[in-house]
Amino acid sequence: MAEATYKTPKLDELEKGPWPSFVTEIKMAAKKSPMANDLLGQLEKSYTEKIGFWKHGGIVGVMGYGGGVIGRYSQLPKEFPGVSHFHTMRINQPAGWFYTSAALRKLCDIWEPRGSGLTNMHGSTGDIVFLGTTTDQLEPVFEELAKVDFDIGGSGSDVRTPSCCCGMARCEWACYDTMGACYDFTQTFQDELHRPAFPYKFKFKFSGCPNDCVASIARSDMSIIGTWRDEIQVDHDEVKKYADGGLDIVDDVIVNCPGKCMKWDGNKLDIDNSSCRHCMHCINAMPKALAPGKDRGACILLGAKAPIVEGALLSSVLIPFIKMEPPYQEIKDIVERIWDIWGEEGKARERIGEFIQRVGLGNFLEAIELEPVAEMVAHPRENPYVFYEDYYEEGDEDEEEEEENE
Amino acid sequence: MAVDMSKRRTDYGPPHYEQFLPPIIKDNYGKWKYHEVLKPGVMVHVAEGGDKLFTVRAGSPRLISVDKIRLYCDLADKYCDGYLRFTSRNNVEFLLTDSSKIDALIDDLQKLGHPVGGIGNSISNIVHTQGWVHCHSSATDASGIVKSVMDELCGYFTSMTLPGKLRIALACCLNMCGAVHCSDIAILGIHRRPPKISHDRLRKECEIPSVVASCPTAAIRPTTVDGNPSVEVLEENCMFCANCYTVCPSMPLNDPLNDGVSIWVGGKVSNARHEPMFSKLAVPFIPNNPPRWPEVVDTVKNLVELWAANARKYERMGEWIERIGWPKFFKMAGIEFEKQHIDDFKHAGLTFKRSVHLTY
Repeated sequence: MAEATYKTPKLDELEKGPWPSFVTEIKMAAKKSPMANDLLGQLEKSYTEKIGFWKHGGIVGVMGYGGGVIGRYSQLPKEFPGVSHFHTMRINQPAGWFYTSAALRKLCDIWEPRGSGLTNMHGSTGDIVFLGTTTDQLEPVFEELAKVDFDIGGSGSDVRTPSCCCGMARCEWACYDTMGACYDFTQTFQDELHRPAFPYKFKFKFSGCPNDCVASIARSDMSIIGTWRDEIQVDHDEVKKYADGGLDIVDDVIVNCPGKCMKWDGNKLDIDNSSCRHCMHCINAMPKALAPGKDRGACILLGAKAPIVEGALLSSVLIPFIKMEPPYQEIKDIVERIWDIWGEEGKARERIGEFIQRVGLGNFLEAIELEPVAEMVAHPRENPYVFYEDYYEEGDEDEEEEEENE
Repeated sequence: MAVDMSKRRTDYGPPHYEQFLPPIIKDNYGKWKYHEVLKPGVMVHVAEGGDKLFTVRAGSPRLISVDKIRLYCDLADKYCDGYLRFTSRNNVEFLLTDSSKIDALIDDLQKLGHPVGGIGNSISNIVHTQGWVHCHSSATDASGIVKSVMDELCGYFTSMTLPGKLRIALACCLNMCGAVHCSDIAILGIHRRPPKISHDRLRKECEIPSVVASCPTAAIRPTTVDGNPSVEVLEENCMFCANCYTVCPSMPLNDPLNDGVSIWVGGKVSNARHEPMFSKLAVPFIPNNPPRWPEVVDTVKNLVELWAANARKYERMGEWIERIGWPKFFKMAGIEFEKQHIDDFKHAGLTFKRSVHLTY
């Protein structure tokens, strides 16, 4: 097929400078792929006219799956035939984004002949993103992926591909096995991941400690954040070495402690662990000297989301502390109860966080059979508009007494 | 194409991670004792038993070709027995057991055009969305702005001279696939023109009740146009969220004259010190100016350098601004405070200043 050669003076400007260039990547792919080549042409036009030229979605997929493929068509198929179909496939990444070169090469060998040769490593939710192919290639790509044990990720109103930090694989702060839990949940909820049946998306993110490297508190409907409930482990000799090495224990560590729970007499660090808020700052500042305690688990929070529709939310506490032990049945049971009530009562495109705002956290807790605890709120209500479901009528008390006497 | 569904494998999930872990990680899984940042982009994790794992982190444009992935693989084979990983901010990491190979690996990465850094008190990679490369609803491009901003800030990626961590994110519309709402600096594409309705198409493509219900400010009403059912938009109630466009393709908001970029500051997700915070509006609007968005680059660079010059050690952007107060921030940043800065959505009153804790 004779290909158009595009002049791309605007995009060429983005090949200059020290940061690696996505334009160079598209050009690399365009040497072999007419799709990538026409992507260059269309993108240059966007840069000239200051607008995108992609049509609005389209339902495509692989057989038996309702999600994982995002339909994408050019508005200008005659001008740029190579991107007339340019669908995205989301491939469920291995937990923690660890790979061998052998596995990555297999993915490249599948994608190069069947798609644009362009990827995102990785997409925002965590998937490997295969960027741009035609409808007739979707099933063959899936077939090839199955041979190398990679499956498709989530999209639409389903469980989105769960993701996690590298946890115990390469971090001393991991308070539970994030990769183990992420893999376990992903396997348990395969049906929910591949077949959209919810009011809207539902994301799980697993962070090993309150530093929250996968931004679970901002980006996941259920945030599972590692923490501990006993005492911070302290190596006093190492604290002293930090102090001798120039770390100002008072200004750099103690002043920054949100729980105001530390004292330093020039020799010994004294921590009142009952006031520790588990923020991680002191541990971050002195990783050789301090470590999370030994009684480790996770805090589970619910409801984060970006603005659409009713405004952005951070997750809020659902379970202050729970031990994280496979098969995580207690958490999965709660998840099922959450999905039951949300599936029944949620409106279209209403995330769980918005649903809770609408029905009230108190009512929501009753529906999922959890007791309210003070850890769930920043503070109790400030307004007196309290709902009570029952009230007494004159004579009620007598009736009750009579019932008791019977 | 006929497929024998009975033989078709589905729902097997991702490959188990264990097969991708280097032996040193398998041996020390859950047994790491501490880590140290050795130099920009290089850290060592030391296990309880004394094993040392060296990590070299390099920047990436995230949108990469299979050719580049294969080049990463070549480096992993050459230096790390084929093991590598990616980070939550789309950097690539090479995992070494032999520290004598670190400098040669860094040289090779630099020859490939991938700077090494992003660890410790530096600017890590910008998390971003698809933009004009692949999205129908984008109000700006993503990769182009990221490239232009990182070209300017690259020196802060490859060094550790900042007071603390700084996280930049970009989302090309309010859907925020890039979840920018809790970043030290967020670059957010915005529309500013109400949807242009194609009444002919709407009739065939959209369910009118869902379109009406999709609007968070109830600005959309059913109506009749030329004898056919359609919708109308009360333009003064439209705040350009584009949720209607998501449920109905016949009412796009994309518009080259009015689309552009807003800049937000002071968000964080980590619990360290201050609780997680949302980003807040700093600059309401900057027009799209491809290919290099110089006004956006300048604004971001100024904010980074203002923070770097004034924040205390460890203080994130939001913690610094909270300490000095927003009036001082606007003054120091040279940003005019305007009507758009004042929230007028739900719970807006909670964002008003409700004390006399002011600085003069």
